[in-house]
Amino acid sequence: MHDPLLTVDDLHVVYDDAVHALNGVSIRVDAGSVVAVLGSNGAGKTTLLRVLAGLLRPHGGRVSVLGAELPRERWRLPGQVGYLGHEPLLYRDLSGRENLRYHARLHGVAEERVAALLGEVGMDPRADDPVRELSRGMVQRLAAARAVLHDPPLLLLDEPRANLDPAAAELLEPLIGRASGRTRVLVSHDVKGALAESDAVLRLRRGKPVGADEDLYR
Amino acid sequence: MIGPAGTILRKDLLLEWRTKESVPAMTLFSITVYVLFHFGLDRNSLDGELAAGVLWVTLLLAAVIGVTRLFATEREQGGIDALLLAPVDRTALFVAKASALFLFLVAVELVAVPAFGLMLLGPSLGGALPELPLILLLGDLGIAAVGALVSALAAETRIRELIVPLLLLPMLVPLLICCAQATEPLLRPDQGPEDLGRWLGLLTLYDVVFVLVSVAVFDFLLED
Repeated sequence: MHDPLLTVDDLHVVYDDAVHALNGVSIRVDAGSVVAVLGSNGAGKTTLLRVLAGLLRPHGGRVSVLGAELPRERWRLPGQVGYLGHEPLLYRDLSGRENLRYHARLHGVAEERVAALLGEVGMDPRADDPVRELSRGMVQRLAAARAVLHDPPLLLLDEPRANLDPAAAELLEPLIGRASGRTRVLVSHDVKGALAESDAVLRLRRGKPVGADEDLYR
Repeated sequence: MIGPAGTILRKDLLLEWRTKESVPAMTLFSITVYVLFHFGLDRNSLDGELAAGVLWVTLLLAAVIGVTRLFATEREQGGIDALLLAPVDRTALFVAKASALFLFLVAVELVAVPAFGLMLLGPSLGGALPELPLILLLGDLGIAAVGALVSALAAETRIRELIVPLLLLPMLVPLLICCAQATEPLLRPDQGPEDLGRWLGLLTLYDVVFVLVSVAVFDFLLED
């Protein structure tokens, strides 16, 4: 049996000392595998991804990501994880190229990679336009390029195909899809699509894991 | 640390160049306050203690605008998350933000101080040279160190426009005293430095202490 890339045991996250955003969540993700996280709005999916990215401190349980015990060893995580959340993490008054160059410098990535990725996500023609002038789908393509810029071993994807038309979704497949071969934790409302591309599924309802026979959207 | 700090600083300067959100607002605010003092005090010219007080209080209030905006873009556009995901020492972020604020203040003073000289000052501003620029630079360094710290703290809250002046201005009182006392003899009719070494020494001490304190606690401010 392989060592897991990511393990979560009995994770608890509480907001304002009252709201249990996550309550007893456990998952295990092996290298190269894909885990889908399903649930309705407010189920705790985004909170889980933020904990795994090291952006949110867990309040209970054990979280180990790429060998780093969180939150104690959070300092080991930066640069190891690719995170594509609801926010694109791009500056609206910089162009796509300027944004990617900025992130490349922070991650110590060669600038040639920026040009290559802009081509891969089909943003070459609009690479020098300010992000605020781009459509949501274009911004999402740039955000995907930003997430994989440093070639991370683990991708945490929150609705990665939101705002994408089928052609754009196909374009991103080699970067963030099954074809990428990367280990992924995938949050999605597209139950069918997520089930088709995942090796395991975590179902959440109001922060608690539930079985496959229970209705997530009740 | 220098590489990432330079990268973040370049980005901040580019964003300011494009959006013009801070420096023009700070400059216009300073000039407006000088105009208000001109009419409010009903005097054609000021000198000595009053001139030094008006100069520095106005610059400090203008700094509040810059401090309020310093982390706003990061919070509004996810820059903090991006920085936490990147292998960047948080001290680099502090250095970049404090440097950006320092440069914003210098840019504001390049316009606001001559405007003060023209609109309010009795004695010639030329007589305050070369000491006044040195006092301004040391003052800016202290404001930048404390301002970056307060801005990071306030960025976490929804009422940062209230938190920034409430935290920043009391922390800047010692700096205000040193700057005003060092400047006052330079703005008298019989211009010339007086006790300058003592006030510059205290100002330098303030700067060193707050740079060190800010670097020490900055890491904890960005925790969720």
